[in-house]
Amino acid sequence: MQWQKFIPYLLVMAGVTYLIRMLPMTVFRKEIKSRFVKSFLYYVPYAVLGAMTFPEVMYSTGSFATASVGVAVAVLMAWRGKSLLTVAVCACLAVAAAQGVMLLV
Amino acid sequence: MKQKFFQGVRHGIPIALGYLSVSFTFGMKAVADGLTPLQAVLISMTNVTSAGQFAGLPLMLAQASLIEVALTQLIINLRYALMSISLSQKLDSTMTTLHRMCFSFCNTDEIFAVASGQQGKVGKWYLYGLMSTPWFGWALGTLLGAVAGTLLPPFVRSALGIAIYGMFLAIILPPARKEKSVRAVVLLAVGLSLCFRYLPMLKGISSGFVIIICAVVASAVGAWLFPVKEAE
Repeated sequence: MQWQKFIPYLLVMAGVTYLIRMLPMTVFRKEIKSRFVKSFLYYVPYAVLGAMTFPEVMYSTGSFATASVGVAVAVLMAWRGKSLLTVAVCACLAVAAAQGVMLLV
Repeated sequence: MKQKFFQGVRHGIPIALGYLSVSFTFGMKAVADGLTPLQAVLISMTNVTSAGQFAGLPLMLAQASLIEVALTQLIINLRYALMSISLSQKLDSTMTTLHRMCFSFCNTDEIFAVASGQQGKVGKWYLYGLMSTPWFGWALGTLLGAVAGTLLPPFVRSALGIAIYGMFLAIILPPARKEKSVRAVVLLAVGLSLCFRYLPMLKGISSGFVIIICAVVASAVGAWLFPVKEAE
């Protein structure tokens, strides 16, 4: 990507992300009182990650079939509370195995 | 002082290992999509956020407006505001305003979780140690993925494409299993996301705004139907 197009994106992404992390820690040291705002902020990460994962994950490997196998394994392991690293690695291995099987069939 | 620093460094090692694998796929994807390795590493060194970076990448490449990029980062990374507020209650007197400004750029989900889990207050030496290993791992993994990713055979690359989503699922599913409210919010967000992808009249909306709309609607409905208990 050309640098003159890249730099504004880099500055905006880094700047916004930094301000979100920095301002609450330095300026607003008081606790949030509103129960609705607290609840809203509590749910945001789960809603964001859910919307980012589906349906995008189904296109992440270039094949619906291998992605389905990877998702099934990841959901099973994550449901059982395995660590981030374990779930990510097992999902990749499951996709690789599914690709191998598809080559053989 | 130095002892506290190295204790932090040690606590950061498992986080760094996890980051290495996910940032590897980020570097690989960024270069495959048209960024240079240096650009990919610069994004990782300044943003230090998996979801934000993976969401920002397609927006940059589609030449989205800076407003859309800023709003997307704001919504996706809004959770850090909550974590920063929460962690600010745990900082000791060595964390002056200047040190808060330096440390906060690296307050990721995992660093926040480890720092919050410590007994009592935490100080600057521990926190600087704790952020250093994961930050280095995040940047190094991006560099390796950007440089070596294209050398990998295609089947390995396509298998690695799912890594980031595996990590996301590992974050959302355990609480979704425990709490009905989180489960409802996640299902609503996923349902909305599917509608935006496949319903003809909603298809045209760009990916950044889709995430914002899904997250805001699902979280607002969640906050309205299932307000969290005051103790939390």
